Amino acid sequence: MSEQPSIFDILGPIMIGPSSSHTAGASRIGYIARQLLNEKPVRAVITLYNSFAKTHKGHGTDRAIVGGILGFGPDDPRIRQSFEIGKEEGLEWEFKFVGDSARFHSNTAKIRLEGAGGGKVEITGASLGGGRIKIQEIEGFRVDFTASMHTLVVIADDIPGSIRNISGAIADRGSNIANMYVSRSEKLANMVIEVDQPIDKETLKKIESFPWVKFARRVEPMVDGSSRYEK
Amino acid sequence: MEFNYLSEIVEYCRREGKDMAQAMVDYEMKNKGLTREQVYEGLKRVLLVMEESVEQGMTQQVITPSGMLNNWAKTVAQASVNTLGPSLKMAAARAIAVGEVNACMGKIAAAPTAGSAGILPAVLVTMMEEHGTTRERLLDALLVTSAVGLIFAKNSSFAGSEAGCMGETGSAAAMGAAAIVYLLGGTEEQILEAVGFALKASMGLVCDPVGGLVEEPCTTRNAVGVANAFVSAQLALAGIKSLIPADEVIAATKEVGDLMSPRLKESGQGGLANTKTGREIQKRVFATVRAQKG
Ligand code: SF4
Repeated sequence: MSEQPSIFDILGPIMIGPSSSHTAGASRIGYIARQLLNEKPVRAVITLYNSFAKTHKGHGTDRAIVGGILGFGPDDPRIRQSFEIGKEEGLEWEFKFVGDSARFHSNTAKIRLEGAGGGKVEITGASLGGGRIKIQEIEGFRVDFTASMHTLVVIADDIPGSIRNISGAIADRGSNIANMYVSRSEKLANMVIEVDQPIDKETLKKIESFPWVKFARRVEPMVDGSSRYEK
Repeated sequence: MEFNYLSEIVEYCRREGKDMAQAMVDYEMKNKGLTREQVYEGLKRVLLVMEESVEQGMTQQVITPSGMLNNWAKTVAQASVNTLGPSLKMAAARAIAVGEVNACMGKIAAAPTAGSAGILPAVLVTMMEEHGTTRERLLDALLVTSAVGLIFAKNSSFAGSEAGCMGETGSAAAMGAAAIVYLLGGTEEQILEAVGFALKASMGLVCDPVGGLVEEPCTTRNAVGVANAFVSAQLALAGIKSLIPADEVIAATKEVGDLMSPRLKESGQGGLANTKTGREIQKRVFATVRAQKG
């Protein structure tokens, strides 16, 4: 795949207004948190930084993020009623605001989710403009991915062979790894792997079944008009 | 496959014996591994959202949460006075319609950006109404706008924070002008002339939205951007030339954007945002929004 922009970057995104960075990008960050949680969310703590903290209300950033957490894509009109729908669906949420943080990009959100089954996840993402986003932290690990490809996130014991086993499981299913980022802290390794095809359930199960894997989740890219999270 | 200048796209068209729309189909198919059908499917989705957003703003109740915009599209459409016949009035109303829908958290195609999303839908729907242009042709016109947008994005910027409003409503007007020339049978060269005229008219336009919201002046700037598109296309189709070629005009927008003070680029600290009334509106808007949310 070439690095050239798509004509649909220029003729889009198709989105709920008013702002590609403060609304569409914000909902995407929420949506990715939801995919990483991989179960029905019941509680969310959302911290908005910098420009997000200051101007979220006029741009519906808060509704967009809650909408994303409920599984609504950036073009889903239900974003407008996300607070009402969230309450109905038993989601509780809380917003915190940090007006000035030099550590983060100007439009940054940190989202902590808890699921009905007890699962938890915390991510930090930045909205870069034009609806594009970047995930910068997962579970305290520094990462750097845009969720524009099929992405697998794995946290595992940092043991010899872990990377080989995981990439092997992906290659076995005939997928090609486009990019792979590894970061380490203490005795854990965090791998973000971008693949050219959807990561199927079997591959994910296989990776989860390695005893040294702590966390394995997939994030599917969002395409205009097809960004529905299957429940 | 790479295009860096409009002149390269024209060159490609000549070499391959294709028009600008088909050049962009080739570009998208080669770079993204899509079939022709997939490219057109994507374009249909964009056109559908554009048409729906015009329709919504022209028929539904639209009052933005800030209270700044209040059913302006319908007000314009129903006006009994026509400065130049009903077509221009309706074209302007359609652009405002999309701006209002966007500000009310409605669904739009951010082509090229959310703030400038009214111009292309207004141009395309107006072509359909005034010239009986078919939807199939509008899809090709969208491809032509994407050629202009692609080169503008590469050599200048769509971001109000980098190129001011010439990057948003200016580039959108240029894309719209290109679409009109294409649909009315103009040559590739005439498309480029129209792009040049439209961008020259927007040169140096600042980004100064009141209260940081995409409403004032964005919405009416979209309406004026539509007029810019039609006039620029008119000039090009008549056969006059932009003495500065389109690619060089784009390069100039980049230079001007870089020279513009950051205060005039989406900071909320300059221009209309910094007027006495602009400041007052900002205070009032944020007080109401706070009250609404408890
Ligand atoms: S004034 Fe700024 S925010 Fe409004 S349309 Fe122009 S560039 Fe966009």
